[in-house]
Amino acid sequence: MSVNYLNHDKSIKSWLLSLDHKRIGIMYLVAVALSFLGGGILAILVRTELLAPGQTIMSADAYNQSFTLHAVLMIFAFIIPAVPAVMGNFVLPIQLGAKDVAFPRLNLASFYIYLAGAAIVLSALAVGRIDGGWTFYAPYSMTIGDSILFITAGVFVMGFSSILTGLNFIVTIHKMRAPGLTWNRLPLFIWSIYATSIVQVLATPVIGITMVLLFLERLLGIGIFDPALGGDPVLFQHFFWFYSHPAVYIMILPAFGIISDLMGTFSRQQVSGYKFVALSSVAIAFLGFLVWGHHMFVSGQSAVSSVVFSLITYLIGIPTGVKVINWVQTMHRGSVWLQTPMLYALMFLFTFSIGGFTGVMLGVLAVDVHLHDTYFVVAHFHYVMMGGNVIAALGGLHYWWPKMTGKMFNETLGRIGAALVFIGFNTTFFPQFIMGTQGMPRRYYDYLEQFTNLHVLSTIGSYILAVGLFLIAGYLLHSLFRGRKAPANPWGGLTLEWTHTTTPPHPHNFEETPIVTRGPYDYHLAPELFQKGEGDGFGSEVVSVTPSSTHSD
Amino acid sequence: MASHADHPAHLQHHFVSSEQQFDSAKMGMWLFLITEILLFSGMFVAYTVYRVWYPEMFAGMAELLDWRLGGLNTLVLLASSFTVALGIHYAQVDNKKGLVTNLILTFVFACIFLVVKYFEYSAKIEHGIVLGDGFAPHGVSHGVDYASFDVPMAQQFFSIYYVMTGIHGFHVLVGMGLFAWITVRAIKGEFSSAYYTPVELCGLYWHLVDIIWIFLFPLLYLI
Repeated sequence: MSVNYLNHDKSIKSWLLSLDHKRIGIMYLVAVALSFLGGGILAILVRTELLAPGQTIMSADAYNQSFTLHAVLMIFAFIIPAVPAVMGNFVLPIQLGAKDVAFPRLNLASFYIYLAGAAIVLSALAVGRIDGGWTFYAPYSMTIGDSILFITAGVFVMGFSSILTGLNFIVTIHKMRAPGLTWNRLPLFIWSIYATSIVQVLATPVIGITMVLLFLERLLGIGIFDPALGGDPVLFQHFFWFYSHPAVYIMILPAFGIISDLMGTFSRQQVSGYKFVALSSVAIAFLGFLVWGHHMFVSGQSAVSSVVFSLITYLIGIPTGVKVINWVQTMHRGSVWLQTPMLYALMFLFTFSIGGFTGVMLGVLAVDVHLHDTYFVVAHFHYVMMGGNVIAALGGLHYWWPKMTGKMFNETLGRIGAALVFIGFNTTFFPQFIMGTQGMPRRYYDYLEQFTNLHVLSTIGSYILAVGLFLIAGYLLHSLFRGRKAPANPWGGLTLEWTHTTTPPHPHNFEETPIVTRGPYDYHLAPELFQKGEGDGFGSEVVSVTPSSTHSD
Repeated sequence: MASHADHPAHLQHHFVSSEQQFDSAKMGMWLFLITEILLFSGMFVAYTVYRVWYPEMFAGMAELLDWRLGGLNTLVLLASSFTVALGIHYAQVDNKKGLVTNLILTFVFACIFLVVKYFEYSAKIEHGIVLGDGFAPHGVSHGVDYASFDVPMAQQFFSIYYVMTGIHGFHVLVGMGLFAWITVRAIKGEFSSAYYTPVELCGLYWHLVDIIWIFLFPLLYLI
């Protein structure tokens, strides 16, 4: 077996202190998967409690704590780092033809800062009860006890991890591209990580200072958010959403990147409107900074601000629509190969489109006043975050799994898992749209009899979803031990991680620095894939392409 | 691939050239400085909002701050920006003595800044002007009756004052740590015209710390 990043040094220390972006990516994968498991178990508990009106399995206080911790774990410890820190770390330098990210030590530091932040957040549980959801709105968050000190400190620390990762990626993308890899030849995954990184670098410091102020508010009573001392709780909301709305794009932009790569690779076709898809990521990142006020239509901001925020919110629909239309067009022109990763891409088109469209609905002032703080909002953001980010992340995980581990997963189980996730997800969250329009408020422990059927349906959906996710975890882990050995390029991809490096990759990624001579999805320039009857994906479950160090047109 | 013997000692293996490494480091530092500006921007927004809400209170409270000490600190920081820029220049022309001298001078100016800040803080704390719950102005000194500043919302000004100057002061402290570290490295002769990246990066950081103070001084002390 050839030397690769997994087997060149197997000691624990060589993992924990590794400066290799691939190993750091894998360590992040383990950490965010555990966060997802923790947050997911809490979600199942919350859904189970809502099986019937009144108390079902836990007290109201335990319920409040469960959904709060579910949200904090899922947002800060899972979904924000998930795609950039796991797949960004593993794939980005290889797709760029670089040996590593620009600052490997900083990269490792980011990982430990993330762990430290997560530990501080969890230690809040030991200090006292937590409550108030992930938004920590003042002044309520000031009343829940000293646990808020740990949550704010933990979020502050995790923010540093996010900033440093973003900074590292921006510099890497600017300075470390292989010869010939122009901006117009960057894989769309890189473009989306680039846009994400900009948001991480520009928005995260603001949540940092907000957390510092909230911390001091609780610790010393500085009054900055306390109306009794002349402060303004609405200012907290402005600060909070100035970060947290762009943070939604930290969550969704990398997902767009994965989907673009999947669309190109599995359609054997150039992604339609490459430049539009690439720049729409940047446009979303930019517009994302100008819409935070749409979270505050009923918080007492001025009517003029609300109108402006509402209008800018509609604008976000444009670059997002550009992407969706181009993805559909890519499939239309290409020859689609329906392997598991591509199933997730199709699923994403469906669920994300619902999530995105309901987002525009919530941006409408009058509609929002009716739907604000109802299950409609809960359903909307789960369609974006879970239906968008998580489903794309699962697609990306299946896509790069052979490259990361050197093993193929079971394709049949992969399809069954994807189907379960799709059915479970929609059964969980679609009824919540209906409940929301009928007035079911979010975060409530109890509900009126009339909502029982929909709540039961939603809970059953969450169980199906859980079964699907456990099945996926099961066959992926099983493949590590029993999986078939993966070829260098099982999907017939054209980006550098498939064409120029072994599976799993060499510790330094490449034997020689690659020279890039074509775009990331230029299948018409890749005769080597097709001449051998490979690459089109038909007739064989898995195709194999031998990596070569250079390509000639 | 070139053999290791051809590489300068400071060149990390994943970079192709020293130039690429230097450019990357510098770009990373600039991005970090942008995050610093955004960190402070939150506080500047809070300052602006409350100043608009309570203009008279802010104007009144600003009189409690000693503009002479603030002005002195402004001069001290400007001087330190000059010395650190001079230090970078000496590194570029391989003048080790000039580099070390200017780094030490910068460190000393940073010390002076914090000492002055200490006297300013303690003069306020002595009269019950503290951050947070214990806020209760009292006493008379230098002809100022502090009790007369115990007006509604007055705490807001001092919360902002302490948080902004406190976080700025923390950055000065970090800067001192950085200068201590690169001074030691400079004395060991690690820097030359071929490699002075850390000096340049610390200099960039230090200029930012100065610039933030240039905004804090008039906003808090003068207007």
